[in-house]
Amino acid sequence: MSNDLTSELQQQISEAYAQGTPLQIAGAGTKAFYGRTPHGEPLSRGAHRGRNKYSPNEHVNSAPSCTPLAEIEAELATHNQMLAFEPPHFGAGATLGGTVACGFSGPRRPYAGAARDFVLGTKILNGKGELLRFGGEVMKNVAGYDVARLMTGAMGALGVLLEVSLKVLPRPAVEVTLRKDLDESRALKAMNRWSGLPLPLSAAACDGEHMFIRLSGSTKGVKAAGQKIGGDVLAEDEQIWERLREHRHGFFESATPLWRVSVAPGTAPLALRGKSLLEWNGALRWLKSTDDATSMRTLVERHGGHATLFRGGDRDGQVFHPLPPGLMQIHENLKRAFDPACILNPGRWYTQL
Amino acid sequence: MQQSEQETIARRISREELVRELRRFLRDDAVLYAAEDTRPYECDGLSAYRRVPWLVVLPETTAQVQRIARLCFENNVPLVARGAGTGLSGGALPLENGILLNLARLSGVLEIDPLNRTARVEPGVRNLAISEAAAPQGLYYAPDPSSQIACTIGGNVAENSGGVHCLKYGLTVHNILQLKVVTIEGELLTIGSSALDSPGFDLLALMTGSEGMLGIIVEITVKLLPQPERAQVVMAAFGDVTSAGAAVAEIIGAGIIPAGLEMMDNLAIRAAEDFVHAGYPVDVAAILLCELDGTNDEVSEQILLVRDLLLQAGATEVRTARDEQERLRFWQGRKAAFPAVGRIAPDYYCMDGTIPRGRLAEVLNRIAEMSREYELPVANVFHAGDGNLHPLILYDANTPGELERTEELGGKILELCVEVGGTITGEHGVGVEKINQMCVQFNEQELQQFHALKSAFDARGLLNPGKAIPTLARCAEFGAMHVHHGKLPHPELERF
Ligand SMILES: Cc1cc2nc3c(=O)[nH]c(=O)nc-3n(C[C@H](O)[C@H](O)[C@H](O)COP(=O)(O)OP(=O)(O)OC[C@H]3O[C@@H](n4cnc5c(N)ncnc54)[C@H](O)[C@@H]3O)c2cc1C
Repeated sequence: MSNDLTSELQQQISEAYAQGTPLQIAGAGTKAFYGRTPHGEPLSRGAHRGRNKYSPNEHVNSAPSCTPLAEIEAELATHNQMLAFEPPHFGAGATLGGTVACGFSGPRRPYAGAARDFVLGTKILNGKGELLRFGGEVMKNVAGYDVARLMTGAMGALGVLLEVSLKVLPRPAVEVTLRKDLDESRALKAMNRWSGLPLPLSAAACDGEHMFIRLSGSTKGVKAAGQKIGGDVLAEDEQIWERLREHRHGFFESATPLWRVSVAPGTAPLALRGKSLLEWNGALRWLKSTDDATSMRTLVERHGGHATLFRGGDRDGQVFHPLPPGLMQIHENLKRAFDPACILNPGRWYTQL
Repeated sequence: MQQSEQETIARRISREELVRELRRFLRDDAVLYAAEDTRPYECDGLSAYRRVPWLVVLPETTAQVQRIARLCFENNVPLVARGAGTGLSGGALPLENGILLNLARLSGVLEIDPLNRTARVEPGVRNLAISEAAAPQGLYYAPDPSSQIACTIGGNVAENSGGVHCLKYGLTVHNILQLKVVTIEGELLTIGSSALDSPGFDLLALMTGSEGMLGIIVEITVKLLPQPERAQVVMAAFGDVTSAGAAVAEIIGAGIIPAGLEMMDNLAIRAAEDFVHAGYPVDVAAILLCELDGTNDEVSEQILLVRDLLLQAGATEVRTARDEQERLRFWQGRKAAFPAVGRIAPDYYCMDGTIPRGRLAEVLNRIAEMSREYELPVANVFHAGDGNLHPLILYDANTPGELERTEELGGKILELCVEVGGTITGEHGVGVEKINQMCVQFNEQELQQFHALKSAFDARGLLNPGKAIPTLARCAEFGAMHVHHGKLPHPELERF
């Protein structure tokens, strides 16, 4: 299925640039909940399709940004390969572009790397409608500034992603998940202690009562590590990692605002009110809380971290952790460098971006 | 060279005045301007380009770096950062009218955090010193450029350096968490965090590999990894380069990610063997060094797999290092390969293109053809698993015209890399060296976007002017020069 709308998109952006019309970039809309309330004329890439170029022997997949993530993952699976950052879909129809634009990563992130770590190249339209290509399809590339990675997680504020090349990895031969009864504070210590040892860990989480550890690798390697760590082997159909990744775990069934707190993994449990769930060895802490954002952020900042209002709450307020003035200035300058008329997803990050 | 870009900067202070200002807060021996003191800084690892610096400044603290930057900003003085000067693209080449900021004295390991597996260090810390400092905790810093005993972590970040183990563990960009950066205005920014992400754009990735063009890195928090339980290296010999290249593709295609997968051709093997007696077979066309690491059981399993694959791919001999000493010796030969090649020719010129791994054999054969055509020997020793080539062109700078021929051959090799879908630099950076080839890899609008990005950090263009990104005027000139020499390079490329 091929339907290249590049020139139509280019024209729409050039006109918006000339007239200063704000555009909201949308894929399948599975991540519309994220960030500040979008506004502007919809720039839909929905119909922009093209061929997925997958080279299993090179470990590279290049696809138009509107390719469904599920389609790419299914194709990789036929060659026993995967997107190692295990991106969450957050709904049917999630696209490659939306995934990379949001920069979300799943359970394997602390061990394998984040979305940006796997982005090799991008083709984009900037805020003037110029078609630009950065990075490429090879593993190492330091020619020019790393704009391809800069685009990852920029939520479309610096350009519209048209195509993304990702590094893919072989699937591990075996995966086993262990469960141990541990509270948050003990789980934090245990997860980080195990992570400092040469063991084939690939995920670690704690729901407040249990610690979950996933091991990935060769049959023998996983077995030996499992004996070292101990705990009950979890049945595969529990799908714990998928439920955590997609927010289908019971913890996430709630109308309370959901905060995403990011700190150094070993940080002791934070004195924040609300129920929490830890992923990434404790580097990612989900918190259901109606607490005041400012006091929460002050505390998180003291631990060198930041807090995002991930779902719910006031979507017109400070959804993302405020930036110090020096960094905000650089952000504004960069926004102007890529999108001089400030038409691409304006206000999705901060009022001035 | 980059004269035109430099001359556009109108300095507003004389050297004498600037020295006086600097000595208000720096020791006398931290401000060097006499030719005998500054000459040691006239080049980096790319010695074909030399320029005696106008002024060399050696700060010891972040606060001093901030004051130096502010002085430069106020007086329109260009500023070039320098780590150990091992860079291979002339990135730290000094200017005739600016400061060379030597960061070697900011060399403290500030903190090792075993629980969070991080190290916080100053930019002048040598790459290997981080792993040494972390070793008592059973941890290490994974990216290991062959220059790791000398190069600094600041330089590594500025170049996004790689190394033998980057195939499995990633490049510098994958192994750092936070930077402290001094802007040209003297402001201190914290980019990234001790967490795994931070709000806003990914400035951490943007700073990595930015070649001193966006800011001065004054502190780095790196990720540390647990030392693997076991590491084992397998060496395979091949009768021709084509089958060695195919073996690389086979291993990667089979779903094995070795910790390192390196290739050396005959010229490089003989040079290394003469130099460090690594125990390589010297009568073969190429060897592959394949390192496997992990738990004991995993490594045993993978060695068997890899041995089979190598033999199937036509290896004439496959040897597993018998013990740790032999493993280290095999690697010593590889890591000393550049200096070893330096012993067999008066000069060598190291290239750094990356190509799709499946095209290795083809590209190596074409490089061999070009080497014959230009009558300049080329040795190959490189990160095969990543498709990152390092052709070393052997030449003699004292033979008139030979450097020019070498540069032309180098340019051709890089253009070949772009032609097969690769890039002109995998890890050494653009610097002054590959600035013309940037015009081949990027079009006008892309280059302009790079310049706009640079202005977001450094609107006056005072940081490392004339490096990394060519002006459009320069590309026009280069294009004209190319037509002059014959035909346009790769008219089949859509972007050119
Ligand atoms: C024998 C040999 C082997 C090598 N092997 C490898 C290899 O395997 N892999 C690899 O990637 N490279 C390799 N290199 C290249 C080189 O060692 C790396 O590029 C290294 O990272 C440079 O570090 P440095 O401290 O010497 O930086 P320098 O050469 O001093 O500077 C390099 C660039 O970084 C900038 N810079 C330096 N410090 C800072 C700072 N604190 N803030 C901002 N900008 C800064 C400079 O302006 C310059 O543009 C090798 C070099 C040699 C000579």
